[in-house]
Amino acid sequence: MPTTHVPPPAAVRLLVDGQSVSVAAGTVVAAAVAQAGRARFRRSIHGQVRGPLCGMGICMECRVTINGRAHCRSCQTLCEEGMEVQTDE
Amino acid sequence: MSEERLHFEVVVVGAGPAGLAAACVAAESGCRTALIDDTPWLGGQIWRGQQAHPAIPQAAQWVERFQRGKAALLSECAIIGTAGPRVLLAEHPGGPRQIEWERLILATGARELFLPFPGWTLPGNFGPGGLQSLAKHGWPVAGKRVVLAGSGPLLLAVGAGLRKMGAAIVSINEQAPWPRMISFGAGLLRWPDKVAQGARLKWALRGIPFRCGAWPVSADGTEQVSAVTLTDGSRQWTEACDLLACGFGLAPNVELPLALGCQLNDGFVRADEWQDSSVPGVYCAGELTGIGGADAALIEGQIAGFAAGGRQNEARALISKRASWRQFSAALAKAFSLRPELAALAKPETIVCRCEDVVFDRMKQFSCWRDAKLQTRCGMGACQGRVCGAAARVLFGWGMESVRPPVLPARVESLCKG
Repeated sequence: MPTTHVPPPAAVRLLVDGQSVSVAAGTVVAAAVAQAGRARFRRSIHGQVRGPLCGMGICMECRVTINGRAHCRSCQTLCEEGMEVQTDE
Repeated sequence: MSEERLHFEVVVVGAGPAGLAAACVAAESGCRTALIDDTPWLGGQIWRGQQAHPAIPQAAQWVERFQRGKAALLSECAIIGTAGPRVLLAEHPGGPRQIEWERLILATGARELFLPFPGWTLPGNFGPGGLQSLAKHGWPVAGKRVVLAGSGPLLLAVGAGLRKMGAAIVSINEQAPWPRMISFGAGLLRWPDKVAQGARLKWALRGIPFRCGAWPVSADGTEQVSAVTLTDGSRQWTEACDLLACGFGLAPNVELPLALGCQLNDGFVRADEWQDSSVPGVYCAGELTGIGGADAALIEGQIAGFAAGGRQNEARALISKRASWRQFSAALAKAFSLRPELAALAKPETIVCRCEDVVFDRMKQFSCWRDAKLQTRCGMGACQGRVCGAAARVLFGWGMESVRPPVLPARVESLCKG
């Protein structure tokens, strides 16, 4: 197998609740939210704070709004340049 | 948004070890094959991240074999139900898709089993596998104090993985008692690879307290987990942590097989000689048929792929290997069976259904899953009972024997156009 030079991971910039965050390529939105220092992703129907539980797209606790689209599973979505993420809705 | 209709001879759902193996073999048999997964990557949960950063030789081999082959990959494609006989309906960022199949191989894998205890809904509490997956995709764990609890070999694998990423593992707490672990360890001699794997994990986790017969009682914190209280059945103690990784083994993702009418047997999909289910043309492979790990899944996936490709002779050659892995699967189930105390961790006011905030006291008044759902809305929220339904099986002995479409929350446009 030919050896290939592995470039350093490119940075992706996105907005989490209006705050600019720079993450490595391949980072999921849930991780970008955590890197932005937020533990609270959403509120339950009775107002409890919640964050990701299963990390694999099953539990739906990591739902956030991405580019205006509500209820996106942040653990299954890769960060993209210029993405706008809104938590706690 | 455009609506697409695709047709394949063999459609494989799930790109973990079983699905990858099935798709490779079916495509190599000359069948027009598609592999569908709802994530953007190959490898499923167990081999997550292997495509980008190969570390497990076996995973790299199968990913490469898949990429060399002719099977089509439909990634970020979530199956939400059916759109007629032998047609799957999928959601995709580009719009809904109808996927016609002649033979269908289901390899939807397993999820972690969560059991409710006070504080388990606090942010910072994850499934061990879930935390590992998130960490591989950028969740910050370096320097964080992590307590691992629950059950199963995954606890050790995740502990080693997180430690490598710079986490400070506080302790690992396995609910199964020492005598069972010791006899499981002795029995592993029949699977030398597993002994080697165990030895590597033990070395990677040197210096970290590993307890058997210990389990969590509650997680404490206000906005997120800051400590966990554990017990060994006679005394209780509290350990400070930043992250709690707690899962009680794995539960199969049977929603799609159920929606297609596949019969279950003790919670798993019934699979016969060629991995065929009770529905003609539908095969099942991997964790769906019993929790056995990646090696077992690879064998079952290949058998299903050969069978769907009409190569029964080649499938037959793998049957003795499958028998050996089924013994391993049975040994796992016996060793890590859950202690009855775990069904009593939830207090009357502890939330069991996280989507609808239904507490233990409300649910326990009912005699079956269906009644509890109708009266309390448990299992009717966004996860559709994937978390609390599996827990209710342990807490109350309720089975989930049917599902209603769509099997995943879907956009109205997908349902209308589909």
